[in-house]
Parts: sequence; C-alpha cells; structure tokens
Amino acid sequence: MARVDLKNVRKSYGTVPVIHGVDLTIEDGEFVVFVGPSGCGKSTLLRMIAGLEEINGGDILIEGERMNAVPPAKRGIAMVFQSYALYPHMSVRKNLSFGLETARAPKAEIEAKVAKAAEILRIEHLLDRKPKQLSGGQRQRVAIGRAIVREPRLFLFDEPLSNLDAELRVQMRVEIAKLHSDLGTSMVYVTHDQVEAMTLADKIVVLHGGVIEQVGSPLDLYNNPANIFVAGFIGSPRMNFFKGKAVAGKTLALEMAGTVIPVPLTPPAGLTDVVLGVRPEHISIGGTDGVLLGRATIDIVEQLGGQTIAYGRFADGQNVTIVCEGQKQIAHKQEVELRALPTLLHAFDGTEKRITA
Amino acid sequence: MASIAQPSSGLGQTVRKSLPAYGFLSPWLIGLFCLTAGPVLASLYLSFTNFDLIQTPRWVGTANYERIFTNDPKFIAAMKVTFTYVLLSVPFKLAFALMLAMALNRGIQGLSIYRAIFYLPSLLGASVAIAVLWRQVFAGDGLLNAVLKWAFGYQGPSWISNPDYALYTLVSLSIWQFGSPMIIFLAGLRQIPQDMYEAASLDGAGPMRQMFKITLPLLTPVIFFNGVIQTIEAFKAFTPAFIVSEGTGGPVDSTMFYTLYLYLEGFAYLRMGYASALAWVLVVIIAFFTAFSFLSAKYWVHYDD
Ligand SMILES: Nc1ncnc2c1ncn2[C@@H]1O[C@H](COP(=O)(O)OP(=O)(O)OP(=O)(O)O)[C@@H](O)[C@H]1O
Ligand SMILES: [Mg+2]
Repeated sequence: MARVDLKNVRKSYGTVPVIHGVDLTIEDGEFVVFVGPSGCGKSTLLRMIAGLEEINGGDILIEGERMNAVPPAKRGIAMVFQSYALYPHMSVRKNLSFGLETARAPKAEIEAKVAKAAEILRIEHLLDRKPKQLSGGQRQRVAIGRAIVREPRLFLFDEPLSNLDAELRVQMRVEIAKLHSDLGTSMVYVTHDQVEAMTLADKIVVLHGGVIEQVGSPLDLYNNPANIFVAGFIGSPRMNFFKGKAVAGKTLALEMAGTVIPVPLTPPAGLTDVVLGVRPEHISIGGTDGVLLGRATIDIVEQLGGQTIAYGRFADGQNVTIVCEGQKQIAHKQEVELRALPTLLHAFDGTEKRITA
Repeated sequence: MASIAQPSSGLGQTVRKSLPAYGFLSPWLIGLFCLTAGPVLASLYLSFTNFDLIQTPRWVGTANYERIFTNDPKFIAAMKVTFTYVLLSVPFKLAFALMLAMALNRGIQGLSIYRAIFYLPSLLGASVAIAVLWRQVFAGDGLLNAVLKWAFGYQGPSWISNPDYALYTLVSLSIWQFGSPMIIFLAGLRQIPQDMYEAASLDGAGPMRQMFKITLPLLTPVIFFNGVIQTIEAFKAFTPAFIVSEGTGGPVDSTMFYTLYLYLEGFAYLRMGYASALAWVLVVIIAFFTAFSFLSAKYWVHYDD
C-alpha cells in the first residue's frame, strides 16, 4: 500500500515530447484508471511509474521516496502486461516463483506465497502447465498471480483485459475489482474501455496528447466534465454537441436551428459561439418535461431490447443521438420534438471549456 | 446456354497441367538425379567392390568395411583428428558467435556495418585463397610469428608444421568463420519479445540472470539448429586441411581430417572402393550424431508453439 506522487513528470522520445508535465497523486489504496485515446501516453506514464521508462523531468515519489533512479524491482511495484509477458519456457509455478527465487526468498516462503496466489486466482490445478497450454483467461490470471506473489505496494495494469473476449472481460473485470477490495493495495489501471474505467475506478485520469485533461471520480467526470474532450470521452454513446449562437440576456441562452434554448447558467462576458452538450440518455422524444431542443427527423432506429437508440438530424443538419429506455416505437423519417431537463444541459465556450457558473 | 468444355480424364489433365512446372524444375531435377542421387547410390555399390577408377569394379563383399574397423590405423588417426576438430571447433564457434550476436543485439549504432564485417570471414573462409593466406600467416616465418617477435620478443614455432599445433590452428580458422551462426543467433535474439526482459527486470533479474533464465532458454531452438548444422559442416571439413597441409594431412597425420583421408584413398591411391566405404561410414557417423541431437532435443530445446 502506498501513496504515489507524480510531480511535473515529463518524457520525450528524442525530441518528441509525449508526456508534458503531469501532476497526479494516487492515494493509498486507491484504484486509479488512466483513460484516453490511443497514443495519448497512458502506457508511457504507467511504464514511467514502473521504472521501465526513463523520465526526462519531474519526480516520481512512492511513499514520499524519490523513485526516479530506483530500478523497477526495487520500487515495490508489480506490473501486469497487456501481452501477459509470461515466461513461455517455465511452468506456471515457475512463472509465479521466478521473482521470489531471484530475491533468494526461503523455499517454504515461496511455496506458501505461490499457493496463496494460486488459491486467490483459482489456478491451483494449472501450476504444472506451461503458458502455451492455457487459455487466454487463464494466462491473464497467471499474469495477475505473478504480480500478487510479489506483495507489491502498488499494482500497475496495462490494458490487461484487451486480449480477452467480451464475456471473459466482464468476468475478469469483476475479479479485479474483488482483488482490489480484498488486498486493498493501490492500483493503476490503463484501459481504452469506458465501462472498465467507470466500474473499477475510484479516480479516473483522462489523458489527451500527454496532458491530463481532468481527474475525478467516475460520476464526477460524467456529471461535471471540464471540457468538450472529457465530456465526449466519458459516456457511451457519446454526448451530443450542438453548435449555436449565444442570445444576449441575464441567463445563458442559445439559438440553434431557429429554437432558443435557455440554459440555467450565467453567460461569461463576450460569449458568442456556444456548444451545447446533451447526453443521449438525457433527451426525451415527444415528452412535455424540460426545455425544447428543437424538432429533428429520425433516420435510423436501433432496438437493443432494453434500450432504443435513435439517430436523427435537426433542420440545420446537426446530428443528434437519443437513447430511450425500453422498446420505443419510433417511425422512420418521423419528425419529433426533443426535450431535455435544463439541469442536465452542458454548455461550452469558444475554448471548449465548460461554462460552470 | 453456353456449352462448358468437358474435363478430360483426370490423370491426363493433371500430368498436362504439371508439365510446365517440371519443365522449369528440370535443371534442378537433372542435377539432383545425375549429380547427387546417382553418384550417392553408385558409391554405395562401389563400397562393396575394389574399384580403382581404371578397371571394372569387382565385388568384394564387406571386405572394405572389415578393413576399416579392424585393420586401418590411419582410419583411427583420422577419426581422432576429426572428432577433436568437431568437439573443439563447434562449441567454441557457437559460443563466439552467440557472444558477438548478443553484443550486436544491444542496439549498437551502425549495426549493419558490424554485421557485414563480422560476416565477411564466413564468406571468404571456406575459399582456397583464405586457406592459402592462413598458411602464410601461421607459417614459421609467417605474419603471426613476426608480430609475436615484434611485440613480445617471442620466437614462435611454425603453427602449421608442428604436429602439436597444426590441428588447433585449423580449429581457430574454423572459429574465425563464426559469421553465419552469428547472423542466425542475431535473428533468434530479435525474436525474443522485449516484454520478457521487462517482466524479468520487474522480477529483479539482473543481466546475468536474464541471460541464463530468459535469453538462453528461449534461444535453444536456434542453438540446436546451429549446433546440428555446424557439427555436420565440421565433420565434412576438407579445404582448410587440404590447403594448409598441402594435401598430405601432415605433419605426422595431425591434420588428417576424415574427408582428407577419404580423398587421398580415392584419388591419390586410387582405392575408390575403399574410399566409398569410408564415405558411407562418415554418413552413418553424421546420421548418428544428428539423430542423437534430435533425440536429446526434447530434454533441452524449448519450442514455443
Ligand atoms: N519507443 C518509442 N519511441 C518513440 N515514440 C514512442 C515510443 N513509445 C511510444 N511512443 C509515442 O509516445 C506516445 C504515447 O505512447 P503510449 O504507448 O504511451 O500510448 P498509449 O496511450 O498507451 O496508447 P494505446 O492506447 O494505443 O496503448 C505515442 O504517440 C507513441 O507514438
Ligand atoms: Mg498503451
């Protein structure tokens, strides 16, 4: 268990900067998830914490101790690789015990720790197999087991579930959550997957182009995204963004495709272009509650059973996605009235920042 | 409706279809049957005769083989020389090749240049010219002794005409041709995923432990391949001994390689029947070694499939 502090951490490959001064604190026992588009530097940041990647600036502290020059094995961390990186020529047992043997731990202690990890992950019956004789999910468990036996103060996961099929992913996700609550160790987890991020994290770190866009709890990011990037990245289907012109007045209002939409916020001075953000699940079709967003023509309707997703267009050509609970009958090419509760509306200014006041 | 051409009888069709393929293959096929398979089979027959390259061969039964195993001190000498050569040159050459491959694999600038330089001896090595060059270098008044004298004031012996050193000179010539196993090792090292080493370094393994616990085990298929190929090559070694000893196997048979002895029997003493029998004994020895290697492989070679 450990608190980790990143202070103005930087990294460049040659002259190309990929991490531009990241400040972040991971509290003791916290589950932190790094999300962001491909190439934004999630793996790089994780590997810098692990010590696999040299850092070009700033400090990494674990329990207040500066780690910049400490070799990976001495940082008290364990990492689970996306590729699993199991040693193919060693049995599962050897894979688990390799680190302890390297550290010259007593035999009895090694055996006890391996047995305990195997029990936690239910891989006791696989201990004498080679990695190639295991399924993807089993390999994943062994990779996690290898991390557990080291009894680290911090776990690092780099997209550990991305090679598994959908069903197994859900199952392993639950197991990782359980592991975290059982061990109580701090974990840093990199993923592409929104649902993994939302369900696992105590704290989500949204990275974009080597910069932290926002840090917060999953619901905090969902409810109060700092900017258009975070708003669009968290939540699925993506938030709708509508471009409109600000209408002068005491409270914020914007005009879009002939409809004036009032938003209960104070407009900052000099506001002209406004982006309205509305999550698909917050828009209702043909209701009477909330403010009118406008009339849209529905192009495509997807029935998922529990939900109905409709895709449409406003008169000015802007696209809109609507998610309705249950199985809603919406005729094709039908023109409908869309409404949303004013408190669920987000507005962003010309710099793509959310207007908060 | 357009009529569809009836396929002609299956076999005829197949033959006609593959005819052009065989046409293109013919140079190689002719070579295989006339220049390789034919002589191989002929030599098996000749090994049971007293063929002398001039008269018609006469069947002598197993007399040639009996003589090899019961009454031929030169055969014993040649076996000793050849086995010494194989057992020394192969491990040293592989070790040397592996060390250099590991050094080159550490991401050196200008890798391809070093690779080419290190490979050069292998291109030249088997050639007659280089063997002649080595004779000059290692002779009593050769380059090596000139250097030794200049640097240490030491007057060295003739490294090729002294029976104590001649074979080892040839062993070092062979080790010097480490290029092709090195290239193969380099390719093998490149196949080992980087994250193995990252996982090992997280597990606390230093460079030595990584080499013995990760690199070498994962490289065993390549080590095995190189070992088998180099062993066969070493058993077949001929040119260096022939040139350096000027075709005699001397001094005092100290460079009498098996193939050189075989050559002398066949072409110097015109005992082609006996030479054929020697050749077949060598085939059996190589086959035995290779079979042994393959049988042992399952205990030490790690195949990742
Ligand atoms: N060894 C390297 N040399 C040069 N550039 C690199 C190297 N490794 C990564 N990069 C660059 O650094 C940036 C961040 O890479 P990183 O692997 O951290 O992305 P990521 O967020 O993990 O992406 P993904 O989600 O696709 O795994 C990318 O733009 C990548 O091209
Ligand atoms: Mg990555």
